[in-house]
Amino acid sequence: MKLALKELRRRPGRFATATVILTLIAVLLMFLGSLLDGLIASSTGAIRAQDADAIVYSASAQASFQRSRIEPDIRSAVESVDGVDEVGGLGVVQLGARVPGNGPRDLANVALFGYELAPDGVPEPPADGEAYADEVLKADGVEEGMTIEIGPARTPVDVIGFVSDTSFNGQGGLWASEATWRSTLAENRPDAQLADGVWQALVVRGDVEPGAIDSATDGATDSYTVDGAVNAIPGVSEQQGTFNQIIGVTIAVALVVIGLFFALITVERVGLYGVLKALGAKSSTIFGGLLVQAVVVTLIAASVAGALVVLLDVVIPPGSIPIAVSIGSIVSSAALLLLAAVIGCSFSLRRVLKVDPASAIG
Amino acid sequence: MNALELTDVRKVYTMGDGSDVVALDRSNLTVAEDEIIALVGPSGSGKTTLCSMAGGILSPTEGRIVVAGEDISDYGDKELTKFRQESIGFVFQSVNLVPFLNAKENLTVVDELGARTGKEAQRRADDLLGELGLGDRKQNMPSQLSGGQRQRVAIGRALMNDPKLVLFDEPTSSLDTELGEQVMELIRTEMKRRGTAAIVVTHDERITEFCDRSVHIVDGRLES
Repeated sequence: MKLALKELRRRPGRFATATVILTLIAVLLMFLGSLLDGLIASSTGAIRAQDADAIVYSASAQASFQRSRIEPDIRSAVESVDGVDEVGGLGVVQLGARVPGNGPRDLANVALFGYELAPDGVPEPPADGEAYADEVLKADGVEEGMTIEIGPARTPVDVIGFVSDTSFNGQGGLWASEATWRSTLAENRPDAQLADGVWQALVVRGDVEPGAIDSATDGATDSYTVDGAVNAIPGVSEQQGTFNQIIGVTIAVALVVIGLFFALITVERVGLYGVLKALGAKSSTIFGGLLVQAVVVTLIAASVAGALVVLLDVVIPPGSIPIAVSIGSIVSSAALLLLAAVIGCSFSLRRVLKVDPASAIG
Repeated sequence: MNALELTDVRKVYTMGDGSDVVALDRSNLTVAEDEIIALVGPSGSGKTTLCSMAGGILSPTEGRIVVAGEDISDYGDKELTKFRQESIGFVFQSVNLVPFLNAKENLTVVDELGARTGKEAQRRADDLLGELGLGDRKQNMPSQLSGGQRQRVAIGRALMNDPKLVLFDEPTSSLDTELGEQVMELIRTEMKRRGTAAIVVTHDERITEFCDRSVHIVDGRLES
């Protein structure tokens, strides 16, 4: 191991190419991971924020607010399920908002929620005509105390404060009273307006399983845990699947790069390994040295890439790309790269085992 | 105790087409504990095979090999690796120093691959390099040393584990006559000073004068 580290220290040029390529791959991997986290966060924040044990949609809605209708009698059935403590209505309308100071076509994408039970980090419903805005809307010029005009009907809503991580489908959350939501929906989406007492979804608190709610409503509802509701948001699992495939391919490329690089290094060093084996080195010692070099090169690449991605996050204007850089995401990318390094490097094991100490003589 | 005893040692290689090639045939050789012998023969005569078996790199097909009282004839790979770490010194034809280690580290690498005595190995490397006239070249990389100095580092490396037997493979083949003679004189002095046995593989008859006796090998057969 000392031998391997000395070679790294004294012949850095030998490892420079592999380190640079791996750094670029690591940047790509970490950027993709952060982009996925950002996209998912901006798509699911409003649901993740729900302080709930179940979220209830109508049976045929496929977890879509737009398709879901919960009639008052269904709500009553849900409220009467054993273990249910609280039930609140939840509805959303997704529209463009005019922000004072912005151009007429420079609309902020908003998802205006009407709610009865306050999600985590969101105060109790404000007065009619007011809303708490998600922080991401600051990038669109939204400020506290400002009146923004929502939708083609230009429904005015006063922003009275900010909340965080409550976006939905990539649109900044606006958290308003039931009346504000209903009036905004009716004025801007008359075809989708709901009668009084009808909600798009219900938020349920209590000691209750989603399946019990659906049974109690005779299958009129489709209930999820919060995690289940997050995954059921249309498009989320598709996004995750697509990104995970790209990330998987990137890791496979890293594995091949490391595998080829160390295979080449091993071929170059067959003579040296023969000498070391003749002097009494075990194959495991030699392979261990290769592994140490692969891990160190990968750690250097991952560290540089991590720093670059953090820098990128600082440089990219807020709100322009839905990127969420986190230490956890960087560390997990680095861990995946390390795994790829170990697997890639192990392709050289057979060659190391085959090196004959007799090759050092004669 | 003899440094090496070969009794009816035979080495047969099976070729790809199934035919057998006898590299060493029923050979007997004894090397006393402080004896230096020259193993002389043309290319392909079996010198390397004999040397490799005496050094625990190859196992014999038949026969018995005893090094300093240790019978290694039936050793497996792991046992041979340990045996080489502890009991054998090698000086290779093309010196083969580790290019990214300095002179001293090329000696202590033997300890790192085996016993790991640490400070003791550092002291021994310092002593050996001093005795070999390289006390002021310890920190030099192989590329900063002359051919003779590299050869001396290789001899120091071979002596690091205090071996029972040192095998020199064509130690003068890459050196001019004068330097070759100096190196052979050094080998003789160092081996005799330590009472260590050595086999010097060569096809150059001129260096046999530095050895106690010569053993000739032709077509895999030893001729005393």
